[in-house]
Amino acid sequence: MKTKSYNSAKTLPADDHSPQAPLSIHDLTVAYHRKPVLWDIDLDIPEGKLVGIVGPNGAGKSTLIKACLDLIPTASGLVQVYGQPYKKQRAMVGYVPQRESVDWDFPVSALDVVTMGLYRDIGWFKTVRKKHKEIARSALDRVGIAHLADRQISQLSGGQQQRVFLARALAQDATLYFMDEPFAAVDAATERAIVTLLKDLKNQGKTTLVVHHDLATVSQYFDWVILLNMRVVAAGPTEEVFTAENLHRTYGGKLTLLAEAGHALSQIKRP
Amino acid sequence: MTWFVDDTWIVIIGALTAIACALPGCFLVLRQMSMMGDAISHAVLPGLAIAFLVTGERASFTMFIGAAVVGVLTAVFTQWISSLGKVDRGASMGIVFTTLFALGLLLIVQAADHVDLDPGCVLYGAIEMTTLDVAWEFQLGETWIEVPRAAMVLGSVALFNLIIVVAFFKELKISAFDPELATTQGINANFMHYLLMTQVAVTTVAAFEVVGSIIVIAMLVTPAATAHLLTDRLGLMLLLSAIIGALAAGLGHLLAIVIPPLIGFDGTTTSGMMAVTTGLLFVLAWLFAPRYGWISRLVSRKDVKSPFSGPLPSD
Ligand SMILES: Nc1ncnc2c1ncn2[C@@H]1O[C@H](COP(=O)(O)OP(=O)(O)O)[C@@H](O)[C@H]1O
Ligand SMILES: [Mg+2]
Repeated sequence: MKTKSYNSAKTLPADDHSPQAPLSIHDLTVAYHRKPVLWDIDLDIPEGKLVGIVGPNGAGKSTLIKACLDLIPTASGLVQVYGQPYKKQRAMVGYVPQRESVDWDFPVSALDVVTMGLYRDIGWFKTVRKKHKEIARSALDRVGIAHLADRQISQLSGGQQQRVFLARALAQDATLYFMDEPFAAVDAATERAIVTLLKDLKNQGKTTLVVHHDLATVSQYFDWVILLNMRVVAAGPTEEVFTAENLHRTYGGKLTLLAEAGHALSQIKRP
Repeated sequence: MTWFVDDTWIVIIGALTAIACALPGCFLVLRQMSMMGDAISHAVLPGLAIAFLVTGERASFTMFIGAAVVGVLTAVFTQWISSLGKVDRGASMGIVFTTLFALGLLLIVQAADHVDLDPGCVLYGAIEMTTLDVAWEFQLGETWIEVPRAAMVLGSVALFNLIIVVAFFKELKISAFDPELATTQGINANFMHYLLMTQVAVTTVAAFEVVGSIIVIAMLVTPAATAHLLTDRLGLMLLLSAIIGALAAGLGHLLAIVIPPLIGFDGTTTSGMMAVTTGLLFVLAWLFAPRYGWISRLVSRKDVKSPFSGPLPSD
């Protein structure tokens, strides 16, 4: 990991022009209805990495992404994107949600959905113009389904639907991407296409965080890994962090971790 | 059968109601919140009653505002109860609107001792009577046109909804399809939700007082659901739902005139018939819609190599 260089030890890392991590999370805690789901997350993601987020079902992987994107309230903590609060940096951040999160019967075409990634640029009270459609079409082309642009989205296969979501994030031209299970239930060809795309993004110096469930391909796809189970079990370069022991602590130790945390919580008095 | 000027006005009023309802109705249907229209239209009752008790007038602007506020509160309470957890949205909606509705009925029954605010009239409406209340007259060539107040009110609401839907088309669309994406694009999905709820409340209240709530509930949901069966484009769905609703209003009134004499009755409820007609049109679309209709699905199931189930290039 690159270390930040400051001129003197006395200089505080204020918001000067020192290189900033694309994503840094401090003391993040998230609870749903007072049941904690993420506990004390501290992370600094280095620039230009392809980062896998790995952990069992219900570990809080989606919650982590949503908390970073300000989609759910957090109990405490600070999320910064390139040294600024996320709210100021929204345009730099692209999001690929889990495929089940939308109604695919909605009366929109693939191209419409991709165009939605440009609504910020288009602005309030303005209509989608030809140039926006062209951007959207070339994003669809990058994921190999430009010929399906006018299809209603329920008439696409699972893999194609996933590509539409990826194209939408590409159209936005962000520098930091969050992708929630893009590989879930896609065909082999789509999986290869996504891997190529992720490599492309990395070569362009972009940082991408990907929730991933297939442990077998983690070390092949990602150069950085976050092992998550309510807390960050380990995070760092894949070859250092993706070890049997850490995996055991992430998956096998699920019950003990939760018990510990539950105990810790019961010690806290709530208003 | 005889057709009077009043019949034309009734159809116009019904059609304006249909258009006013169909536009927000499409978004309710797409967000799978159809019941919200139902909930709000019941829950506004105490708002109507309270405003009425305060002002003592039946058709005051205060009454309108009071009811619209209660309508929006229904949405707020529903959101609030379900965010506490353990109670899903449907259940919280049920709790809020039945409670408010019961409260409203109580208030109306109380008030009914002093004034004529008839619960039956509020529910079923009296669209046939609306032509008696003329708000504006003007001369067109030789004839005087007497515009009923109901047509003015519902015309304004339809126009209001049209302006909102046109101005916020992108934002309503993205917030309905993917509220989280909307938020990341800097469009406050909550704001859009309450804008829609305000539209529904305003529409419901305006229509409620003039034509009764049954027709409002029917017109909010059924033409939108029918249009969804007929098209894959949101813009077209909005247009079709308005046309279908207006068509149901016209046909409904015609049937209300024609059918009762055939079966030996003379009483008609146009509102009820308009509502029934929206249902009939839905059934027709459900059976015969080109792609999503029952018949075309039956046919395409036999035809295994249909373009939608065939192998895709990337698979
Ligand atoms: N909206 C919600 N309300 C209440 N609990 C939730 C909600 N979303 C997720 N959870 C709970 O939070 C935990 C983490 O969920 P999630 O972040 O979706 O896990 P993952 O994506 O790792 O499978 C789970 O126990 C889940 O049941
Ligand atoms: Mg998840």
